[in-house]
Amino acid sequence: MASALINVPAKAKRGDIIEIKTLMSHIMETGYRHTTTGEAVPRNIITSFTCRFNGNEIFRADLFPAIAANPFITFFTTATESGKFEFEWIGDKGFSETASASITVE
Amino acid sequence: MRPFGAIAAALLTASAVCAAEIPQADRRSGYSFMKADTKAMQDEDTANPGMLWVLDGEALWRRKLGASNKACADCHGDARTSMKGIAARYPAFDKATGRPVDLEQRINSCRSNHQQATPMPFESRELLALTAFVSRQSQGMPIETGADPQLAPFIARGGERYMQRQGQLNLACANCHDDNWDKKLAGSAITQGHPTGYPLYRLEWQSLGSLQRRLRACITGIRAQAYDYGAPELVELELYLMSRARGMAMEAPGVRP
Repeated sequence: MASALINVPAKAKRGDIIEIKTLMSHIMETGYRHTTTGEAVPRNIITSFTCRFNGNEIFRADLFPAIAANPFITFFTTATESGKFEFEWIGDKGFSETASASITVE
Repeated sequence: MRPFGAIAAALLTASAVCAAEIPQADRRSGYSFMKADTKAMQDEDTANPGMLWVLDGEALWRRKLGASNKACADCHGDARTSMKGIAARYPAFDKATGRPVDLEQRINSCRSNHQQATPMPFESRELLALTAFVSRQSQGMPIETGADPQLAPFIARGGERYMQRQGQLNLACANCHDDNWDKKLAGSAITQGHPTGYPLYRLEWQSLGSLQRRLRACITGIRAQAYDYGAPELVELELYLMSRARGMAMEAPGVRP
């Protein structure tokens, strides 16, 4: 039941600095924990987050075991033209999720 | 004579405040003890991780299952109207068992009786998601738990347990949450223990959790044997705490450190 919460302003003026906020559902299991019987709990984290705007990569982050569950990633960008933000999260065990949001720039 | 009487009265009130319940005007949600960045997490739906469970719950609300092949929505329709204010009245009196049940237990009894499906385990993702989704519909509404007169003996028993010293540390809930809520324990605010935001996302848990989970953690903290999930003692404590918070605003899904 993975799901993402995205907050992108629907409208902006050309040249405005806008904040993009993303929240992805993920347990971010570190790989350093053991069960009560001593077996290692295998690592299961998101390893990479990418944001593209109209096909061009504008933000990328690598994620590591110390990052908390349900990673909340926010960043700023400049509104240049109307278009679509595409978000992608990739992780262990074949984890792959995408989301998108549109913006109108006037 | 008069000044002496006034001093005596003042002394009496002062000693009464120390040992008794928090006055209505001094009641504070756990939210008000948090730092600005944690408050911001709760305030904004796209920053509040609890909303991930609410979204899951919304999907589960419409999923048909069980021998009767019914979804919650088939009987209850749109939760935005049918579930508005419901969570603000729980735990509530259950006629069938003659006891109070909390919202998780109510959802599970609906699941086994009406959907004829297997009940969900306590703290499972699905049960938390449905509870969060139902509770969310009461956000901002005043807590009304305990209005039903049939609940009175159970509230009283919950209140006794709240005042009862127990465990190796020999502490009652009231020793911290009534008498010392304005102080800190290992750097963290003690708070008044008003369950306004459950189920809520605790940063420490890195997950959503129920009020029963929170109570069990507190009971373990005073080194007493925690009651099992669903135990009548826990439900009575939940009931007492919710009726103690009557009139305060529902925050679910809350965020707490």
